[in-house]
Amino acid sequence: MIPELGHLAMILALCLAAVQASLPLIGAWRGDRQWMGLARPAAWGQFAFLLFSFLCLTQAFLVDDFSVAYVAKNSNSALPWFYKFSAVWGAHEGSLLLWALILGGWTFAVSVFSRQLPEVMLARVLSVMGMISVGFLLFLIVTSNPFARLLPQSPANGRDLNPLLQDFGLIVHPPMLYMGYVGFSVAFAFAIAALLGGRLDAAWARWSRPWTIVAWAFLGVGIVLGSWWAYYELGWGGWWFWDPVENASLMPWLVGTALLHSLAVTEKRGVFKSWTVLLAIAAFSLSLLGTFLVRSGVLTSVHAFAADPERGTFILIFLLFVVGSSLTLFALRAPVVKSSVGFGLWSRETLLLANNLVLVVACAMVLLGTLYPLVLDALTGAKLSVGPPYFNALFLPLMAILMLALGVGVLVRWKDTPLKWLRGMLLPVLVVSGALGLLGAWLFGDFHWAVLATCLLAAWVVLAGVRDLLDKTRHKGLLKGIAGLSRSYWGMQIAHLGIAVCALGVVLSSQYALERDLRMAPGESVEVGGYQFVFDGAKHHQGPNYTSDRATVHVLQDGREIAVLHPEKRVYQVRAMPMTEAGIDPGFTRDLYVALGEPLEDGAWAVRLHVKPFVRWIWLGGLLMGFGGFLAALDRRYRVKVTTKAREALGLTGVQA
Amino acid sequence: MNPVRKKRLFIILGILAGVGVAVGLALSALQQNINLFYTPTQIAAGEAPQDTRIRAGGMVKEGSVSRSADSLDVQFVVTDFAKDVTIRYRGILPDLFREGQGIVALGRLNEEGVLVADEVLAKHDEKYMPPEVTKALKDSGKLPDGAAGKMGAAQ
Repeated sequence: MIPELGHLAMILALCLAAVQASLPLIGAWRGDRQWMGLARPAAWGQFAFLLFSFLCLTQAFLVDDFSVAYVAKNSNSALPWFYKFSAVWGAHEGSLLLWALILGGWTFAVSVFSRQLPEVMLARVLSVMGMISVGFLLFLIVTSNPFARLLPQSPANGRDLNPLLQDFGLIVHPPMLYMGYVGFSVAFAFAIAALLGGRLDAAWARWSRPWTIVAWAFLGVGIVLGSWWAYYELGWGGWWFWDPVENASLMPWLVGTALLHSLAVTEKRGVFKSWTVLLAIAAFSLSLLGTFLVRSGVLTSVHAFAADPERGTFILIFLLFVVGSSLTLFALRAPVVKSSVGFGLWSRETLLLANNLVLVVACAMVLLGTLYPLVLDALTGAKLSVGPPYFNALFLPLMAILMLALGVGVLVRWKDTPLKWLRGMLLPVLVVSGALGLLGAWLFGDFHWAVLATCLLAAWVVLAGVRDLLDKTRHKGLLKGIAGLSRSYWGMQIAHLGIAVCALGVVLSSQYALERDLRMAPGESVEVGGYQFVFDGAKHHQGPNYTSDRATVHVLQDGREIAVLHPEKRVYQVRAMPMTEAGIDPGFTRDLYVALGEPLEDGAWAVRLHVKPFVRWIWLGGLLMGFGGFLAALDRRYRVKVTTKAREALGLTGVQA
Repeated sequence: MNPVRKKRLFIILGILAGVGVAVGLALSALQQNINLFYTPTQIAAGEAPQDTRIRAGGMVKEGSVSRSADSLDVQFVVTDFAKDVTIRYRGILPDLFREGQGIVALGRLNEEGVLVADEVLAKHDEKYMPPEVTKALKDSGKLPDGAAGKMGAAQ
C-alpha cells in the first residue's frame, strides 16, 4: 500500500510541477498577480509530495519490502540498516527520485529565501524550475518508476546492493553531487528568467550569485568525496582516472567556476552580461549531459547505471530541448541586454576574462576527450578510448596558466590598475615564490620540473593572497583590518588557498608515490620508501553479509612499529562478488596504502604496497574550495543589500533611512 | 581605423590565435593518445600495429591462466571463439578477473604476437560484458545466446 502512495505522490508532484511551470509564466506575461502568486504554493506542494514519495521508498527499503522490484534488486535483509537507507539512491530509479527531490528542495529554498525578489522575476524563475522538474518527473514516472511491483511472485530476499556501494562514501557522495548538479538549475532558471524579462542587470547577478556559489561548492565537495571513495574502495590506489563519468562531473564544475567569477564581474561592473548568461546555460546543460552519459548506457564505466536505450533517448531529447530552447531564447534576447562599460587592459575584468577563457577551454578539452570516442563509435563503429595522457597533457598546463593569472587577478583593481603599482605589488611576490619554489624542489630531492613549477605556482597564489590581505588592511593595521573583512572576501581567499593545496597534492603525490606490487608469503617483509612492511598472513573472517580474508601488515619505521594495517579481500555472499578493502594509514604528509590482490600458493598473497606523499592534500584542497564557497555565500550583503536593491527596483522605498 | 577598434581587433585576433593553438594542441594530443580496440581475429590477421598501445579484449579462455611461482607474472589467452590472443601481464589482476569472463587489456603487441599488457580491465559486475568484447564476439559470429540481453540487464 505504501509504495502505491509513494507512486501517487510522485504523480501529484508532477501535476503541481506542471502548474508551477505554466500558470506563473503566463501570469508574468499578462501581469496577473494572482497567477504569478501560484508559483510559490505549487513549489511547496511539489516538494512536500516528493518528500513523501521519497520517504515511502525509504520505508520500503527499511522494512525489506521485496515485492517492490527496485528494492528486490538493490537490497537484502542481511544488509545493515544504514546501507538499506543509502541503497535508496544506490541505482538508477531511486537516485533519480533523489534528484527530483533535491530539485524540489532547491525550488522550495528559492521560493522561501527570495522573498525580496520582484514578483515577476520570482514567478519566472520558479516556472523555469517547474519546467525542469516536469521533465525529470516525466522521465521518472514514464521510464524508471522506482515503485514498480513484482507481484504476485515477489522474491523472498533481495539481490543485494552492489558491494562497491556498501560504504560510507556512497551514503554521502551522490546527494552532494546532485545538490551541485541540480543547484546549477537555479542559476539556469535565473538566467532564463532574466532573458525572458529582458533585464540582465547587476541586481540579477547579485540574486543569482549566492545560489550559484552554493551549488558550485556542493558539486566540488561531491567530486572530492567521489575521488576519495575511489581511492580507498576500488583498491587501485588511484584518485582520478579521467573516466568519462568523472569527467561528466568535472565539466559542470569547471564551467561553474567560470560562471561564479563572471557573475562577480557582472554584479560589480555590469559587463560580460551575455557571457554570464551563456555560462549559466552551459553549466546546467553540462549537468544534464552528465546525467545523459551516466544513465543512457552509452558509456562503460564503473559508475554507469543500467544500459537502457529508452532512457537514453528520453534524456537526450530533454537535453536537446533544454539546450536548443535556451540558446534560441539567448539568440533572440541577448542583444537587448548589451553592456557599454569599458575597462583597461590591467583590470580585474581582464584577468577574470582570462580565468573564464582558461576554464572554458579546459572544459572544452575534457569534453572533446570524453565525447570523441562516442562520436567516432557512432559515425564509424570504431572502438577506441582516449587515455589519461591526453587529459594530463592539456589539463595540467591550463591549470598552471590559471594559477599564474590568479596571482595577478586578486591584486588588480576593477576598471584599471596603474601598471607601476601592480609591478610594485607583484615583484616581491614573484621573488619570494621563486625562492620558495626552488627551496621546495630542493627539499624534496629528486628534481622534477613539475615539482619546481608547482611549488612556485602554489607559493605565487598564496603569497599574492597574503599581499592583497596586507594591502587591504594597510590603513587599519593587520588585526583590526582582518576583523573588518567580509565573509565573501575570506571565502575567496580560502578557495584560492584550496587550489594551491590541491595542486601541491596532485603533483607531489603523483611524482613521489612509491608503488610495489609483489608476492608476499607470511612473515616476509619488504621495504618501500623507508617503511618496512611485514606481512603476517591472512585469516578468515566473517562479516554481516560477507566473508573475508583479512590480512595483517605491520609497518615499521626505523625498527619502531608505526601502524598495523588490515587489508581485506571480501566476498559478498548474495552476489558472490569479490571486493578489495584497502588498509590505509592516513597522514598529513603521507598515506601508507596496502591492498590485497589474489591469494597464491602456501598462504602467500599478491600484495600492493603504496607510499603516497601528500595525497590527502588533494581532497583537503577540494574541501577548502568548497568551504570557501559556502563562506562566500553566507556573506551579509546578499541579505541586506538585496532587500534594499529589490525594494528600489520595485519603487517601494521613498527615502532611504 | 580608430584606436579603439584597432585595439579590439588585436584582442580578437589574439583570442582567435590562442584558441587555434589550443585546438591544434588538443587534436594532436588526442591523436597520440587514442587506443584503438582490436578483436583477437583482427590481431591474428595482423591488422593491429606493433609497438603502439592498443586495446584488445575477449573472453578469458578456460584453463589458460598460468602464474609464475615466484613473481606476479601471469599469462592467459583471450578468445573471440574464432581466434586467440595470448596476453602477458605483471601485477595484480582486478577482482573480477576470472576464466570465462570478458575482459579488456591495454598494452603493446610484440613480434611473437603476444600482447604485453600494462593494464587489465574487468568490470565490477559478474554479468557484465564490455561492449568491445560483445562486438568482438558478434564479429566472429560467436556471441553466446542471451549475452546481448545480459548486457542490457547489467548494472
